[in-house]
Amino acid sequence: MALINTGYLEYEELKNIQTLPDEERYQKGPVAVIECVQEIPCNPCEAACHLGAITIGNPITNLPTLSGDKCIGCGMCVARCPGLAIIIVDKTYSDTTAAISFPFEYYPTPVVGEERNAMNRKGEIVCRGKIIKVVNPNSYDHTPVVTVEIPKEYSDDVRTIERI
Amino acid sequence: MLQKDILVIGAGPAGLAASIEAGKLGASVLLVDLNMQPGGQLFKQIHKFFGSSAHRSGTRGYDIGKQLLTEANEANVEIWMQSTVIGIFPGNKIAIEKGFDDGKKEIITLQANKIIIATGASENAIRFKGWTTPGVMGAGAAQTMINVNHVKPGQKIVMLGTGNVGLIVSYQLMQAGCDVVTLVDAAPKIGGYAVHAAKICRAGVPIRLQHTIIEAIKGTDGCVSGCVIAKVDEHFQPIPGTEETIDCDTITLAAGLKPTMDLVKLAGCELTYNGVFGGYIPLHNERMETSCKGVYVAGDTTGVEEANTALEEGKIAGISAAEDLGLISSETAGQYRKEIWERLHALRLGPFGEKRMVEKEAIMKQYKEKIGAPEPIL
Repeated sequence: MALINTGYLEYEELKNIQTLPDEERYQKGPVAVIECVQEIPCNPCEAACHLGAITIGNPITNLPTLSGDKCIGCGMCVARCPGLAIIIVDKTYSDTTAAISFPFEYYPTPVVGEERNAMNRKGEIVCRGKIIKVVNPNSYDHTPVVTVEIPKEYSDDVRTIERI
Repeated sequence: MLQKDILVIGAGPAGLAASIEAGKLGASVLLVDLNMQPGGQLFKQIHKFFGSSAHRSGTRGYDIGKQLLTEANEANVEIWMQSTVIGIFPGNKIAIEKGFDDGKKEIITLQANKIIIATGASENAIRFKGWTTPGVMGAGAAQTMINVNHVKPGQKIVMLGTGNVGLIVSYQLMQAGCDVVTLVDAAPKIGGYAVHAAKICRAGVPIRLQHTIIEAIKGTDGCVSGCVIAKVDEHFQPIPGTEETIDCDTITLAAGLKPTMDLVKLAGCELTYNGVFGGYIPLHNERMETSCKGVYVAGDTTGVEEANTALEEGKIAGISAAEDLGLISSETAGQYRKEIWERLHALRLGPFGEKRMVEKEAIMKQYKEKIGAPEPIL
């Protein structure tokens, strides 16, 4: 795994380990993308999904698998994942843009309407993005989930925004 | 002399869990700890824990700490903070230097039928030129500063080590507003969980593997003003000509932990060396009893792992002590232990846990062969 020699996942590598939504599923609306690739003892995402779209089962070290049919991209799993490894990708946000929702535990918490640099898994700036939603209810326990609008072609790359 | 059913030493997750279990079963429990506040490292763990959703995973460490303190209170556990065990004698007689809030100290002796030692672990130091310069500190110390004392250790940090401690503390330093310049690790691979490394990488912080710190540079104020790092060869030796100077005011060391053995040794428990678990550890059985009859261990003292395993081992130690006091039948205690061992087993699965599972079994086998039946403290 290149990941353990670099610290970040290449998209090609991720696709080989995790079952990601296919393009058909992406065209139906927002969906969870689980970037969890190591067998570690952890399963809160499974309980976080009220629709039963995430399965870990026994043993607890199984990788989570997502059922794209059941997932509605609600984002309940995003704040619950201790590894901050789940994001919601909406490739249908507009004709030209996608919306990426990710956990963001840095101050200052971005505000809706703000523009920031959007970053990929390596921490490189990919493009500019516009913050379109920030959700931070008590149930998320101090893990705000931020949604950034970006050009659609970067929707498999952008995973966070720049810290300021 | 003061009399207690059980003395628990160390108020971290293992000691708290042991106290709660034994207290709930009706034992009189005294829990002592040399720190100001109970909770061990839990109150500086501001991240959400991994583990099973049935057992508080996804909960932040400090919230687990709060829950444990409430449960300890409900189980009538008596807690002495700022109190240090300074002697363990035959007949389970204990000398404690008890501290008070006004700074006064008093030596108290007590007799405890059972003793549970859960003294945790301490950070390993790495020596390089200038390693004693102010500004070089353990990653755990930096974590205490930001998360407990709300003080930044510095502004520009270089972290040595990419195990989970190095990765998590780097992330939390960024959350606290510090600039983590880079992480370096002599190993060719990231030591900790990939998801933690991924957080560091997407924040734009470079991780330099096969690198080490060879010198801390002292500034005109006598404190760290930078460091020299270099690439290492396959024998972890710095390669001449690859040196690079990095501007920083703080160097944090996350080079692993070793179990704290002082009291285990004082009690005379038989030790074994185990590299996977961080050094010397007390031989113990599946009841968490040591070679000394009535002396139990739990948590990082039995080998460095993490809070979830410490909690489960603590429960076993508390149940076994209560069983040996006759507060619970052996059958019921055995059933409880079986359930806990199943959970421990699950926590030690996968590429990160397997080695620990194998070693733990080897330690218990060694206990059986070498010790068989424990003997009272001599």
